[in-house]
Amino acid sequence: MSDVAVTLRERRPRGRLLGRAFLAYLLLSVAVGFVLLGWLLVDVFQRGLGWVDATLFFDPPSADPQIAGARPAILGTLYLMGLLITFTVPVGVGTAIYLEEYARKDRWYNRLLEINIQNLAAVPSIVYGILGLAFLVRGLGLGEVLLAGALILGLLVLPTIVIAGREAIRAVPGSIRDGAYALGATQWQVVSRQVLPAAAPGVATGTILALSRAIGETAPLLMIGALTYVPFDPEIFGAFTALPVQIYNWTRQPQEDFKLLAAGAIIVLLVLLLLMNAFAIWLRNRYQKRW
Amino acid sequence: METTKVEPVLTSRRRHWGEGVVKGALALCALVSVATTVGIVAALLEPSIEFFRSVNVLDYLTGTEWAPLFEPAHFGVAPLVVGTFSVTFWALAVSAPFGLGAAIFLSEYASPRVRKVLKPALELLAGIPTVVFGYFALTAFTPFLRSLGLEVEIFNAFSAGVVMGVMLIPTVASLSEDAMTAVPQTLRDGAYALGSNKLKVSVRIVVPAAVSGIIASYVLAVSRAIGETMIVLLAAGQLAQTTLNPFKAVETLTAFIAATAQGDVPTGSVEYKTIFAVALTLFVMTFVMNMLSIRLVRKYREVYE
Repeated sequence: MSDVAVTLRERRPRGRLLGRAFLAYLLLSVAVGFVLLGWLLVDVFQRGLGWVDATLFFDPPSADPQIAGARPAILGTLYLMGLLITFTVPVGVGTAIYLEEYARKDRWYNRLLEINIQNLAAVPSIVYGILGLAFLVRGLGLGEVLLAGALILGLLVLPTIVIAGREAIRAVPGSIRDGAYALGATQWQVVSRQVLPAAAPGVATGTILALSRAIGETAPLLMIGALTYVPFDPEIFGAFTALPVQIYNWTRQPQEDFKLLAAGAIIVLLVLLLLMNAFAIWLRNRYQKRW
Repeated sequence: METTKVEPVLTSRRRHWGEGVVKGALALCALVSVATTVGIVAALLEPSIEFFRSVNVLDYLTGTEWAPLFEPAHFGVAPLVVGTFSVTFWALAVSAPFGLGAAIFLSEYASPRVRKVLKPALELLAGIPTVVFGYFALTAFTPFLRSLGLEVEIFNAFSAGVVMGVMLIPTVASLSEDAMTAVPQTLRDGAYALGSNKLKVSVRIVVPAAVSGIIASYVLAVSRAIGETMIVLLAAGQLAQTTLNPFKAVETLTAFIAATAQGDVPTGSVEYKTIFAVALTLFVMTFVMNMLSIRLVRKYREVYE
């Protein structure tokens, strides 16, 4: 079969030229993203590396870029991460289990649930900020606090965690379930003792990737007042800021030094994300089973 | 006789009431996402309805001047919508051809080994926070355009759109590639048997067969571009003017929401309600796009899977 293609190509040089041009276009398409990514990284590191120092990590923000740090922002981001893990992961994995193991696909409400989650995954993040502003900050009277930020980011990444969790659970072969049922296990016994342990590495990987998305989110946090001057360490029921918000704040300052400082903060954020991603990939390679 | 008895006895004698509790708890988890949707709609509708009590809907949709904080106030949303579409146009102009090219390469040309490395590497782009892209567009890409001699303003739609477009390449590529992978091998084999080369198979067989998935990926990219906030807030500016000139500053729907909410807006004021009316506009636009995209994806799944 491939012989035919080769003869045809060699007889018609115009076709061969066109084929080459097309391949060049495809390679360019793949390269564009990497070129921009490389440019971005080189640019940010050139500007910001000199600003990544003890001041950035351990000092509060200031009107003077020379002594300004991101300690409250870095802590805020770490706190947000901790709260996200406690709230969102159980709910997300629970939803995934329900949809994969319990829900009957022929029921209209389960189909609606599925479409709902797909749609939520594509709702602009700033709309979640609106939800937080209307219900958590003003409606519940929670105020512009860290907990409100964590809840909003939690709802924001919930669909991503559900989708990742479902994929991991679906990858567990049916024979494992059948075997457990044959031994007399109940449905929850099958799920909790067979399916979940087998799906755990996949669930963990997907969850960490979803969390790393939440950590970089800025817009919803702006909506609920994270853009404030916070010189002290964050508390759950107190005013807060986060690393991406700090980056935004420094970027829009007119002084050039603040833009360099923002590049330094970007390096910190990117390294944090890189560590999370590397951990997720390590988990997957170390523990994932092939069936 | 005994064997037929085993099954009913197991289920009826020992009632595992805990099973029902577990199922209920899991269903409750699933309800959180339903509550989120209901919450979003409720949060948007109530202040928006109040807003439209004081501002005529027609004036809002057809007015051409956006100045909600001035006296006299103007509430024509057109400049924000035009700004949004201007940025979205450039984002799609970059992500549509390159995303499709990357998808064809991954699905038709790359060996399994190359694909295994390339796919996650491309996803790296999607993992960079948007505030970082915004920083890059403002402090590196716009100055670069200026060094080329282009008359771009510091804040402009073009720079934000192009950087956003590159960011969206993985989104378009991965959804399109899914659709191309779902095209049965027999279609390709048939075309090769008739003497087609790889180019023809890709362009005349695989792309048309996967077209609903490709369109779905474009629709999703548009939806993302419309809803993206940080890049436009940093790089496209906050000047609500009706212009299609890509080198000028524009304000998008999202940038208006974010910029206005940053200030301390008193609850119940017109500014406060304006945020919600604009957000409702944004939500309706992206909702329609998302539904369309979900439908299109289901269409190719039904045909080939």
